[in-house]
Amino acid sequence: MRAVRAIQWLGEWFDQRLQLGRPIREVMEHPVPRQTASWWYVFGSAALTIFLFQIVTGILLALVYVPSAGEAWNSLQTLNHQIALGWFIRALHGWGSNFMLAIVLIHMVQVFLFGAYKFPRELTWIIGIFLLLVTFGMAFTGQVLRFDQDAYWGLGIGASISSRVPVLGPALVKLLLGGPIIGGATLSRFFALHVFVIPGLLIAFVGLHVLMVLKLGVNEWPMPGRIVRRTTYVREYHELTAKDGVPFVPNAIWKDIVFSGFILLSIAACAVLLGPFGPGGQPDPTIIQTAPRPDGFFLWIYAVLSFLPPAAETPILLIGPVIGILVLLALPFVAGEGEKSWRRRPIAVLVILLAAVSLGTLTQLGEHTPWSPVMDAWSSQPIPVQYLKDRTPLEHQGALVFQAKQCHNCHSLGGEGGKRGPALDQVALRLTPDQLVRQVIQGGGNMPAYGKNLNPAETTALVKFLETLHPSGQTPARDASRSVALR
Amino acid sequence: MTKPDGLTRRGFLMKIGLLFNGAVGLALAVPILSYVLSPVSRQRKSGYDSWLSLGDLHQFPAGQTRLAKYRNPVMNSWDGETADIACWVRNVDGEKFQVFAINCAHLGCPVRWFAQSNLFMCPCHGGAYYQDGSRASGPPERGLFEYPHKLESGKLLIQAGEMPTPGRAANDSRGGSGCVQFVQFNG
Repeated sequence: MRAVRAIQWLGEWFDQRLQLGRPIREVMEHPVPRQTASWWYVFGSAALTIFLFQIVTGILLALVYVPSAGEAWNSLQTLNHQIALGWFIRALHGWGSNFMLAIVLIHMVQVFLFGAYKFPRELTWIIGIFLLLVTFGMAFTGQVLRFDQDAYWGLGIGASISSRVPVLGPALVKLLLGGPIIGGATLSRFFALHVFVIPGLLIAFVGLHVLMVLKLGVNEWPMPGRIVRRTTYVREYHELTAKDGVPFVPNAIWKDIVFSGFILLSIAACAVLLGPFGPGGQPDPTIIQTAPRPDGFFLWIYAVLSFLPPAAETPILLIGPVIGILVLLALPFVAGEGEKSWRRRPIAVLVILLAAVSLGTLTQLGEHTPWSPVMDAWSSQPIPVQYLKDRTPLEHQGALVFQAKQCHNCHSLGGEGGKRGPALDQVALRLTPDQLVRQVIQGGGNMPAYGKNLNPAETTALVKFLETLHPSGQTPARDASRSVALR
Repeated sequence: MTKPDGLTRRGFLMKIGLLFNGAVGLALAVPILSYVLSPVSRQRKSGYDSWLSLGDLHQFPAGQTRLAKYRNPVMNSWDGETADIACWVRNVDGEKFQVFAINCAHLGCPVRWFAQSNLFMCPCHGGAYYQDGSRASGPPERGLFEYPHKLESGKLLIQAGEMPTPGRAANDSRGGSGCVQFVQFNG
């Protein structure tokens, strides 16, 4: 009994000085619309939980990590191999990052589909957009701190994009890199960004975001036909929570807590089963046998960069993101009133589907990079046997030219080789011998011209080989006028 | 004592205080900004573009293209491996040389030389260049970047020290421009 009284006394002593008891009780007891105590409303709190988790694991990594271009990679190896469970902390932080981006995106989609950005929560949405941007900023700078080959060349890509900004480009590159090249200064400033600047912004934005959710109330469950009007909304919302509200704690929060626990467990499971991310090869720019690729959530951008036509690339790269962000920021002002329910907002649903399909497709393409030559196909992927059987010596010579001149790096045969150019399994059906010669020598249609690199004998042999590439039973393409002209 | 316009003595002193802080803030902003912008403002001082040796000429046989390395002229002791930069040296005919940056003119990935097909290929987005550095295909808008070079007492020297990027009014694309047009006519 005495112990209880002592704790009570201690609590009162602190509250007299802190004065936090009442506001905390008010937050806990404030009524939320009954239907919002739903599994659909758990993503925001889960994102917050992961953020706190990232701070903890980040601090743990900072105990060992050395933010120096000369030592960072070695310190990551030490974390992975020398320090007890260092690999696990790295894996937790890496998977935490992936989960955070995923949950933030899901949260955004839910908020959009439930019309939660409408009056009076416009500013909550706008701060949310900033939060999305700084979360991506954390992911990119974090990828740089994993200072390996991909990080090095990823910085090169970032510098190359920045350099395209008119007038300011070269200055921006030097600001980004901390000097004229990627080096010690670059890693130091990305460390400062990842550990001080962006987390500071995140904490400030998260604070405002959560404060507004508490002040303005959780978005009610959207009902078809329940229209948001600036003049009546606040009164209607208070009537709803007064009539059909439940206290936030514990009625709504228990689902948040359970889901957050489930997410943390999932992160830990991924970390245990799949391990940490890299680091890949050493950040030595003279090792050029590398195919740099960004982390998963940036693969779609990587894919876009390969598909933009050269002339349109700079304007789209520089203007596209600005327009995209402006559209997101303008959304609550353009559609601040009206229907909240997704059942009455078909365009909103279509926009989400379109975005999901586009990003999914581009990410999938970024995973397989069909636009890149397969750099070692010419030496490691042989021509299928059926294309070589029962062929003349000249045709065999042509097959040799095909391999030796790296045609295989861009053109596939039997599914092996590059996808940059068309597959050549049936090329003889599409092009006549004369067209083949022309294409090989002059190139065109995104193929380099090989006129200077092949002597006439090699060209003849190569084209003879290509002429054999058609399904048996189908006749190859031929120039119909030729028989007449030669008569 | 309140004046007719509502300005009190204390209110006035507060405004003076704010003004004072504003002036101190401005005075501090100048050195802070120059510190932050130092990577940019340092641009034309010594070191950024210096003449660097790629080694003896006999390392670069006539008619061949070879990988060469140099150590970046502006460096810190903690740069580690990143201070070593690679570049491609093409000895055209024993007298004429071309030195290409390793960075693809599209987004800076490291291009690789394929001696058999006389092409540079980029692993990132599939840019390809002819042996003289001119654009062959893919997303790059221009040919490979070239370093200015000179031959001195049996050594090949290049002027380098800055990462070449597409937006920089780079030295030029001497290797490429003529041939770029040629490709476009045929393409």
